[in-house]
This record gives sequence, structure tokens and C-alpha cells, in this order.
Amino acid sequence: MAVIRDMIPPFELFQPAGVDDAVRLMREHGDKGWVLAGGLDTFDWFKDRIKRPEAVIDLGGVDELKGIAVADDGGLEIGAMTSLTDIAENGDVRSGYPLLADAAGLVATPQIRNQGTLGGNIVQDTRCWYYRSGWPCYRAGGNICYAATPRSMNREHCIMGASRCVAVNPSDTAPALIALDAEMVVASTSGERTYTAEDFFIGPDIDIMRMTVLEPGDLLTRIVLPAPWSGARWYFEKIRDRKAWDFSLVSVASMVNVEGGMIQDARIVVNGVAPCPVRATAAERAVRGRAPDDETGQAAGEIAVRGARALRHNDYKIALMRNLVKRSIRDAA
Amino acid sequence: MEVVRLRVNGDERVCGVPAHYTLLETLRYGLGLTGSKQGCDKGDCGACTVIVDGRAILSCITPVWEAEGREVRTVEGLANGTETHPVQDEFDLNGAAQCGFCTPGILCSSVALLDGNQSPTREEIRKALAGNLCRCTGYEKIYDAVEAAAARLGP
Repeated sequence: MAVIRDMIPPFELFQPAGVDDAVRLMREHGDKGWVLAGGLDTFDWFKDRIKRPEAVIDLGGVDELKGIAVADDGGLEIGAMTSLTDIAENGDVRSGYPLLADAAGLVATPQIRNQGTLGGNIVQDTRCWYYRSGWPCYRAGGNICYAATPRSMNREHCIMGASRCVAVNPSDTAPALIALDAEMVVASTSGERTYTAEDFFIGPDIDIMRMTVLEPGDLLTRIVLPAPWSGARWYFEKIRDRKAWDFSLVSVASMVNVEGGMIQDARIVVNGVAPCPVRATAAERAVRGRAPDDETGQAAGEIAVRGARALRHNDYKIALMRNLVKRSIRDAA
Repeated sequence: MEVVRLRVNGDERVCGVPAHYTLLETLRYGLGLTGSKQGCDKGDCGACTVIVDGRAILSCITPVWEAEGREVRTVEGLANGTETHPVQDEFDLNGAAQCGFCTPGILCSSVALLDGNQSPTREEIRKALAGNLCRCTGYEKIYDAVEAAAARLGP
């Protein structure tokens, strides 16, 4: 289809200095407004002239959204506008939450981590290229999924959890934050509310045009990490087509608590396989009380992929998910 | 048109640009600094890399207003007068540039790395340049050049 690219359509720019101003502007402009953080997702949409908001609300000047602070309970509060580089290099994150430091450090490229924010990485839109190219699919308000027809190119799409749309969540930090049981703090003109990271992401069965609970007027302001699990083992792995600069095909983030050689508790989260990051709860239950070895990992992997159904070109993702879950139990350190 | 004030390579620059220009468009079409390249123009290739407040960023997806009040350094500002930066020298000596289109961005990523770490390992160099695509060289001579520059700059 003919699309004029690269020239950004005109919009009115707003540069609020605080969260109060930002959410007031967001409420005022509703679904005609667009929130700009690091710009990586935003300018991709704007330059393709597919998203054409009337108003852009730039959070670059909202200093209260930036920074990492130790909370009273020993946890950590990270402002949504903190850059991925600042998170990957922060001493408190690296010592208490190496899982998150690792995930943030594996996002894209140095330049993108310098510009991109944690909030932006969490709420970014899906990368399904039919949708990103402006095809009028379900997610764009149409009545077809172009990625799930018999001739579709769907190597990067869902193997579970699909509901009409088969696009996946592209975030590297999202599974890490769910494994760490983080909380997402959301502000709007009616006040603040909090979601667990697990509940923050929604699938197309709930709303096909959103990736998260955020509705127009809602701003993710900070991410709260609970006090670190003492002595917990962790594992993060991101599989991509190349060793540099790519979205993950499948990624896994796990926290494993081992005492006396036996797994007491585990949180296993896989991304890239479903519309939102998937917590492998049945596998988590199955590994409790067992040694973190190859056999347990193998069992966890088999359980995690139960019910998975490949599209035409992505059955490799079932094997990938099975093996990543296995490694995340066996090799967590 | 909007009037923007930028600090580029140590100079205060003022120019009028269409509203919502990117930093790259302003550098190239507003200030005539065409060293930074417009490759994919979507944040994929790294040819537009410049250094803002000491960090390598993609100027093609940075709105120009975000760069106001900050220190912008482009490939034109790496040399000290007529004296080339050691990274530029070593690119020359190691044959690290072929067609040259990616070179300004890679020079900026390399300088941003070496400003913070004067004895990077080969792996650290590879990671620092992961966001810069080069379709000619196969990267090895580029890594050689950055290593050689680090040896000259290091303690």
C-alpha cells in the first residue's frame, strides 16, 4: 500500500514540567494525545505517518519521573523515564536485581538504551509488521488478522494465548519485572493506582487495541521492586536471530529460591510466545520441592509448553520455549 | 518555523527549522553539518549517531527540542582543530572505512566509548558498536582501529 514515510505529520507539542500537568494534558487530549518518552516507539510510528496524534505530550522535562531510589522496605523505586543504560549500570539494581540489570542491558543497542526509558520499554506497542505497516488489522480497528491467514508470514508471532490477534509483546524488561514481582504505579487525574507487573499486561481477549492496562489519560510513573529475595538464583536469556540489535524471538526470566538443595519457590516468565508475557505457573508448581537439575528443568519445560499451538512458520518457538524454561531452572545462578 | 538554540561542537548555534524537525535534520539542513548521515532515518542503522552529554544517541529519532541546552558533539567536532582524533587516525591506518557511510556514526560511538573507558576489551568494543551497521567491512578492521586508538589514548 502506498504510504508516505519519513515526514512527521504536524502536531501540537506540550512540554509539562510535572506529573500533575502531564496527566491533566493527557486527560484533556484523550485518545487524540500521544505521550512521548524516549521516542523509539513513537518516531517509528510518526515517520511512517501511521499514528497521527493532534497533541504530543513530551515527558522529557518531567524530572520527578527520572531516577532510582531505595525504598523504606529495602526495595527499589525506578522512575518510568529512567534510561535503560542508567538501570543496567546502576549499582543498586546490579547488586539487588541483576535479573533486571541484565534484561535492560540486552535491549537493542547502546544508543537506544541511552535514549530509551524503562517505562517506554514496558508499554511499547507490538512489532507485528502487518500492524506496524499500517494494515487495517483487528488491532488497528479492522476485522482481520493478516498474520494468521494460511499464507501469512508469522515466524515471530504467538504460540499461545492468541485471541484474533497473534502479535507478541516485544519487551525485554517486562518478563524480568514480572519474575521480580514488581509493581507498576499509574497516575491519572483521578489519582494513583498500582498494579502487579503480571496484571499490568493485557491480551487481545481483554482489549485488542491495547498492550497494557493503560487507557488514554493513564501514565505509568514508576516501577517498584520489592526487597530482594535473599540468596535467590536468577536466569535471563533472550534468543534473537542475531547476537546484536534485535528483538527477542523468545525470552525467559526466572527467579528460583533454593534451600537445602531443593527449590522452595520459583517464578518463571516467558515472553515472545503470547500477546503478553506468560507466567508458567504450572511449571512453577511442578518444580517446588525438587532439585534444580536437568530432569526438573526438562519437566518444567514440558509442562510450560502444554497447550501451545504453532502457526504455520513458528513451531520452532515451542522447542525454544521448552528449552529456555529448562535452562532457567537448571542453570539459574 | 521554530528558532532553536544548540551547543554543537562547542559553538552556540541558532537556526530556524520547521517545527518538529529531528536533531539530525537540524544538523544537516539547518546547520550544514552533513557528516552525520541519514540512513534508515528510523533508529535502526546508527549512521546518524552523535554524542549528547557524553552519550551516543540516534539523532534521527531525537526531536531537536530535546537537544537544546545540552552538549552536542558530531563527527565534525571530534578533531582538535586540524589535529585528527586518534580514532580517526586509526580508522585511516587500519583501513576501517570502505564506502564510509557508516563511519561518522561509528566514530561517534567509538569516541563515546573511549571517553568513558580507555582500555576496553574487544568484547566491550563489539558491544559499544552493536548499534552501528556496516555493510562493507565485516567490522573486524573497525574493532582493530578502536583497539589501536585505545592503546594510544590509554594510560
